[in-house]
Order: sequence, then C-alpha cells, then structure tokens
Amino acid sequence: MFIQELSIVNFKNFEHSEFKFTDGLNCFIGNNGAGKTNLMDAIYYLSFCKSFLNSIDAQNIRFDQDFFMIQGKYSRLDSEETIYCGFKRTQKKIFKRNQKDYRKLSEHIGLIPLIIVTPLDTNLISGGSDERRRFVDTVISQYDAVYLENLIRYNRALLQRNNLLKQFAGRNAFQSEAIEIWDDQLVKYGQQIHAERMIFIDKLQPVFQQYYQLISGGKELVGLKLQSDLLTNDFDQLLKNTIGRDRMLQYTSTGIHKDDFDFELAGYPIKKFGSQGQKKTYLVALKLAQFDFMKEISGLTPILLLDDIFDKLDKNRVEQIVKLVADDHFGQIFITDTNREHLDVMISRLDTESRIFTISDGQVKN
Amino acid sequence: MHLDRFPSRLLENAVNEFAKLPGIGRKSALRLVLHILKQEVHEVEIFANSLLQLRSEVKHCRVCHNISDTDVCNICSNPSRNKSFICVVENIKDVMAIENTHQFNGLYHVLGGIISPMDGIGPSDLEVDSLVGRVNEGGIDEIILALSTTMEGDTTNFFIFKKLKNLDVKISTLARGVSIGDELEYTDEVTLGRSIVNRMNFEDSIIQ
Repeated sequence: MFIQELSIVNFKNFEHSEFKFTDGLNCFIGNNGAGKTNLMDAIYYLSFCKSFLNSIDAQNIRFDQDFFMIQGKYSRLDSEETIYCGFKRTQKKIFKRNQKDYRKLSEHIGLIPLIIVTPLDTNLISGGSDERRRFVDTVISQYDAVYLENLIRYNRALLQRNNLLKQFAGRNAFQSEAIEIWDDQLVKYGQQIHAERMIFIDKLQPVFQQYYQLISGGKELVGLKLQSDLLTNDFDQLLKNTIGRDRMLQYTSTGIHKDDFDFELAGYPIKKFGSQGQKKTYLVALKLAQFDFMKEISGLTPILLLDDIFDKLDKNRVEQIVKLVADDHFGQIFITDTNREHLDVMISRLDTESRIFTISDGQVKN
Repeated sequence: MHLDRFPSRLLENAVNEFAKLPGIGRKSALRLVLHILKQEVHEVEIFANSLLQLRSEVKHCRVCHNISDTDVCNICSNPSRNKSFICVVENIKDVMAIENTHQFNGLYHVLGGIISPMDGIGPSDLEVDSLVGRVNEGGIDEIILALSTTMEGDTTNFFIFKKLKNLDVKISTLARGVSIGDELEYTDEVTLGRSIVNRMNFEDSIIQ
C-alpha cells in the first residue's frame, strides 16, 4: 500500500504544492524550518485525521488564510483510493473517501495504516505511565474493537466507583455493598484487559528485541515489561485489601489503570540509565516492532514515516538502520534529513526506486 | 433582547417557573407564557388543574411501582396477564416501550432509576428490596432484566442478579445482537462479535 500523489493547499507553511511519490523511498531534504516535517504531518493527517504535532486544526492553517486542504491518491489492495481532508476555520473538519463524506472520522482511521518515528516519541520514555498505556492501548485497539469497548467500560466503572468514594467521604458514611457492585465490574473488564496486554507484550517483545539488536549491533539486551498489581494478585482480592486506603484517598488506588510498562536496558530502567542514543534506538526498535505487528494483523504494509531519525545516533547505528529499512520487508518510506549524506548511502544500497525532494520555505524543487 | 427586565411582575414569575423545566431556556419560557396569555381563561384553568391534579393525585402502583391512578395499576390488576413473569425496567418510559411491542404479557417491576453514583443514585434508592419481596411471595417463574446496555445498566442488572440468584427463579436478560433490518457490514464490531458468540438456533429464530 502506498500514496501515489499528494496535493496540499494552505497547510502550515505550504501555499500550494503537488507531489508524485514513488512506492519506494521518498526523501525530504531541507534546512530547519523549511517544512519537511509539515509534509510528514500532511501524510499523517490523511491516516489519522489529525496532526501528530498540533491537535488544534485551526493552527495548522497557513497564516492569514481561512482553510486548508490535503488530498492524497493511494494504491491500496490493487485499487485506487482518494482521501480528502478539508478544514475551514469555524467549520467542521471534512474527510472524504473517493468523494464520499465520512459520517464519523473514526470510520476512516485504520484504512491507511501508517507508522511514524518522530523525536516526540521520547515522551514515551520520559513521560508518565499514562503515555505508555496510551501507546499500548492504541496499538491493541486498532485490531481489537472488544478491547477498546472493555477499556471504555472499565473507565466508566472506575469513574463511578471514585465518585462513590468521594460521596462516602463527604457524608462520612460507608456501604460495602454499594462499592462491591462496582468492584465486580472493574474485575470483569479489568481481567480481560490485563490478559490482552500480557498477550500483546509477549507477541511484541521478541520482534522488538530483534530490532534493537540489529540496530545496536547486538550489544545490549532490552526488555519491555508489564508492571501491574494484577500480575501477583487476584484483582477482586486486591480491591478488597485496598478499600481502606481507597476510602482515605477517595479514589481507586489499584487496578489496570495503574499499570505501567517498564522500558529496560540490560535490566535497568532506560529512563534513568540510558544515553540519548540508546533511548532513540529503543524507540526506533519499538516503532519498527509495531510496524511488523500492524503489517501482520492488517495484511497491509503500513506507510513508514521516519522524521529526523538519524539525530543522536552514532555512525554504526545509522548504518544499521539504513540497512534494515532498505530491506523489502518495508514498503513505502518517507524520510527527512537536513543533508544528503545518510540518504545517498541509503539510496545506493536500495534496489527499489527512490526520489529526493528538496524543500525550502514551503516550496519544492525536484 | 434583554430578558432580565420584564414590564410585569406576573409575567416574570410565570417565565421563571417555566424556565425551571428541563430543556426550556428563558426565551422559550417567554414564548410559552405569551402563548398561554392568548388562551381563554377557561382553557388555562384546565391546563393548570391537570398539573395540580397530576401532582397531588398520582400514585405509584403498590406492586410494580409504576405510575398509576389507582392503588394497583391496570397492568398488575389485569386478570389476563401472566403473573409468573416479571420484566424489570428503569422507568415508565420503558414500560411503554415494551407495551408497544405487544410481545410481552407478563407483569413489570419499575426500579425508578439505575445505579449511578455520579447522579447520586445508589442501590438503596431503587425498588430492589420490593422485587426480592415479590419473588419471595412465590408464583414467579422468571425475572427478565430489561435495562439499558450501558455500564450503569449492566451494573444494576448484576446487582439484582446477586440478590436473586439464591432464590428459586429463572433470571434472563434481553438478547443483544444485530438489529432487525440492519446490514451486517454496518453493524458495529462489538455487537456483531456478541451476536456470533450468542448465536441462536435457526428454528427458534423463525418462530417469531
């Protein structure tokens, strides 16, 4: 699956540009602020109905204009798909597939699988556990609608239970029966979510480790571990044991909403002990593992966006990534860089077609 | 338009009262009040009296707790209804919805809400104990739980189930699945998945 043509109007610093891409490697080269990443964002928009940089649509319109438009022509399972995204200030964002409006944006997400590797991924390591849970939940939800439904229901039950705890504290009363009925719901959905997360980590782990070893040259061993109260305890029992604490805190202090995923390097948390290059390698390997996962499940080869991927990595690792990505396991790739150095090496090794776009000031010179 | 200054106190009072109703803002309230002003005095008396009478004379059926004019509602007192089935619903709107299907000839039990701490409704605010009482009195073969399929509905179902499971009564719930007349490709995955898991015997499906 790949995008053949892209047309953008008034999107960020681009006034009007048209692109014809190859199904192999597409490179955007330019100085800082030229608009390389904005092009990546336009492609991302067409897959996820939003920007990966700025979730406020109005701020993605070119200065002093009142609308933007992105249109892409894709080749998907031997047929052509035209995806249109239009946004006018103060109006609703419109998405169309082959000239036909979508009723809900969520119906579109998943049609054009795409994986992006960006410097913003570092939030997964440095941010709170909610960032890591969201990453895992998003990946699982993309192929398992029941998981998403369970998650929504779990969060609803959690909200109700916390509300009840607050009311009890306010009235200085307590009814264990009223709490228990919410415990039952949390246990019912929580256990299913827990089981799915375990399965997911087990499946992702070996692929992820393999990618890390390939990029790092087999030097370090990495791990991705689920940290959950449910691993060693029965959830129902846990809720009963912590009720005293929950009453004091006025919220539910145990459950899958407290899960975390330990990102480890040689058995130690990478957040504390990893170098910047090691963290970057970790994240690239994680995203490539996600790529394999999506590819297997959707049966489509996702589009791969590599934004500023060579930053912070040593020469060997860069070379390994180049080698890895040149493999025909990957499909269409977009890559940004400030110079041609790495890209020329990459192109010389590549069997498939490649195309270089030089970007400056929201303009393209082929 | 400034709605906070009325030339008449009487008008203002009436508008304030209407604006207390759900879904009615001050503009709508004023429109309704002006409409009433155009009516004959006699008409308005009928209108006001119906409200007064409703509030002071309405009863809740002592058996099923549905809204009723009499001590026991006309469903509970109807001799042709099958008294061994009880359908548990949230409120009178659901009773009316099920009655309109003409598929159910048993009795009802109106809970008066569903458990939702966010809305300040706990288990003790619902008519659950009286349901247990009805079952204990005997003569009930089946309880049909007919609550919304929301988180709160499910939780309430489960709460009632726990209260009744040790009693000698069958407990069932509404079927969940593909809507009649729907195309499969437009059915949401969760519902469709549930329909596959809880598939039914084809012969049973054609009896309807």
